[in-house]
Amino acid sequence: MQQITMGEAVNQALREEMRRDEQVFIAGEGVGVGIHSNPKFPTFGLLEEFGARRVKDTPVSEAAIAGLAVGASVMGLRPVVEIMFNPFFTIAADQIVNHAAKLRYLSGGKSKFPLVVRMKSGSGIGAGCQHSHNLEAWLAHCPGLKVVMPSTPADAKGLLKSAIRDDNPVIFIEDMILYFVPGPVPEEDYQIPIGVADVKKPGRDVTLVTWSKMLGTAFKAAAQLEQEGISVEIVDLRTLVPLDEEAILKSVAKTGRLVVLHEATRTGGFGGEIAALVAEKAFVQLKAPIKRIAAPDIPVPYSKPLEEFYLPNEKMVIEGIKALL
Amino acid sequence: MENLNQVKLLETMLLIRKFEEKLEDLSKEYGKLHGMMIVCTGQEAVAAGVSAALEPQDVIISNHRSHGHLIAKGALPNLIMAEIYGKRTGYNKGKSGTLHIAAPEVNALCTTTVVGGGIPIAVGTAFAAQYEKKDFVTVCYFGNGASDEGSFHEALNLAALWNLPVIFVCENNIYSGAQRLEEHTRLKDLADRAIAYGMPSQVVDGNDVLKVHQATAEARQKCLSGQGPILIECKTYRWGGHSTTDFQSYQPKEEIEQWKQRCPIELLKNTLLGTGQLTEAVWQQINEEATKQVEQAVQFAEESPWPDVTEALEDVFA
Repeated sequence: MQQITMGEAVNQALREEMRRDEQVFIAGEGVGVGIHSNPKFPTFGLLEEFGARRVKDTPVSEAAIAGLAVGASVMGLRPVVEIMFNPFFTIAADQIVNHAAKLRYLSGGKSKFPLVVRMKSGSGIGAGCQHSHNLEAWLAHCPGLKVVMPSTPADAKGLLKSAIRDDNPVIFIEDMILYFVPGPVPEEDYQIPIGVADVKKPGRDVTLVTWSKMLGTAFKAAAQLEQEGISVEIVDLRTLVPLDEEAILKSVAKTGRLVVLHEATRTGGFGGEIAALVAEKAFVQLKAPIKRIAAPDIPVPYSKPLEEFYLPNEKMVIEGIKALL
Repeated sequence: MENLNQVKLLETMLLIRKFEEKLEDLSKEYGKLHGMMIVCTGQEAVAAGVSAALEPQDVIISNHRSHGHLIAKGALPNLIMAEIYGKRTGYNKGKSGTLHIAAPEVNALCTTTVVGGGIPIAVGTAFAAQYEKKDFVTVCYFGNGASDEGSFHEALNLAALWNLPVIFVCENNIYSGAQRLEEHTRLKDLADRAIAYGMPSQVVDGNDVLKVHQATAEARQKCLSGQGPILIECKTYRWGGHSTTDFQSYQPKEEIEQWKQRCPIELLKNTLLGTGQLTEAVWQQINEEATKQVEQAVQFAEESPWPDVTEALEDVFA
């Protein structure tokens, strides 16, 4: 099996979907000719293969980019647009929150909006808080949007293909550090369904629910705990909306303990939703209180030690899990 | 222009007028309608003139003052009224109400009440025409206030950059909420905003339906020959307030009266009576027909069933 990074996997998904379906086009800032020409980046080489008709470099206009997707999708095209960084979503938010998410409902189910908005996210690159701010909980709070956050190259490829073929607006959030992390990716055309979590590691004693870049942190913590005889089951959500409640509840029923780990800040983070779900539906199965491990409620700081302090690490996960046992 | 049925234009404007007057009346009856009504009384020439220059495949994107746009594009008064009543038989099963009606059947694809929110979407629908080499244009209606929004500027820049077949129709009715034009911009002509994007534009008397039609017909031809987009500013006036709950304390009575003297319907009617294209008898007839259509729409809406509450959970996802 090929070993490629998530950036390359996203690139493959885009390339294959554009070859498969003429209705698919991409647009965004620097998706054709960008300031960073890097083969590990998702849109690398697409302009050369598909030309300027289907690879649309736009001005720096997030509202127009998102509106372009809304309007093009209602006409039957399948736009995959890029908002360069998750925090820049705020200047496209009206189009995404008030239009992409709501217009199908407002049409009484007559219209559909098969669009994908890709966004980069994640701290750890020294770009500061206006580039590195995980806002997935905001998006998950808007009925009408599907929210996908892959953690591995193989998931990214299969999920993006599903997102492009989905008839609804899908927000696809890619962690920038994961762009450079390799993993095995099947060569053939495959899809991973949206809304299905994946047990990345089975375990017995505690359920660790996580997504995106924190999967790596979860694995590191689980490996150390394993040496001490503590068995961790890692549930990678992959998709926040629709949420695979069954997978979470099934795992908690097995382990009786829940830790939620995410990179976004704590208050109002999506971890609260997972905790509430388990408290409502599996309270009697819990042997210990639910634990959330998340970033502190601060903007992502720039200074290297401060940024490292921001990001949840395996030590916090290990301590958090041990406290429940 | 030779083929333009001017009596039909009069009929369209009259139907819009009577529809809106009925809503104003119904608003005064407690419990009839849910929420405030935003009507376009006095501005009928814009919608009627624009749509008379369009073909069925052309797309419109509308704003909060949408009823005229929808009727002129061919949306059915019965289904609009039922939607305004919140009934299951309405265009959107009662989920939109007066403010967000979509009638994909006539390519009225989006009505948005976020001021300026529809303008970037029009860029998208126009892009689809260009991408698939299809012969249709998009008309995007918005008010003078929307031209202050960032979305207006982003969208016009992108539309111009890509030569998209979109006609931006700014209905300048002088007011943006309670603010007069000179209180929300230094510009006299909002058409001038197009200069910033290298886009042609035009100021049109928005109460002269024939001029609106002519400007739109020319703009449509330009768009289809790859010379789009275009901004048309239609100068008009809303006789009422922002909505039926607006007491118009800021709107001088004399100003309203002056504009009523330039009623778009009376203007065309008198022209057509003068040229003999219209007789008093025909005028009476089209009046009665418009009244009848609106009465029927109200009856249809009132007799229609409410949606079942379980339907609230439907149509979020495809």
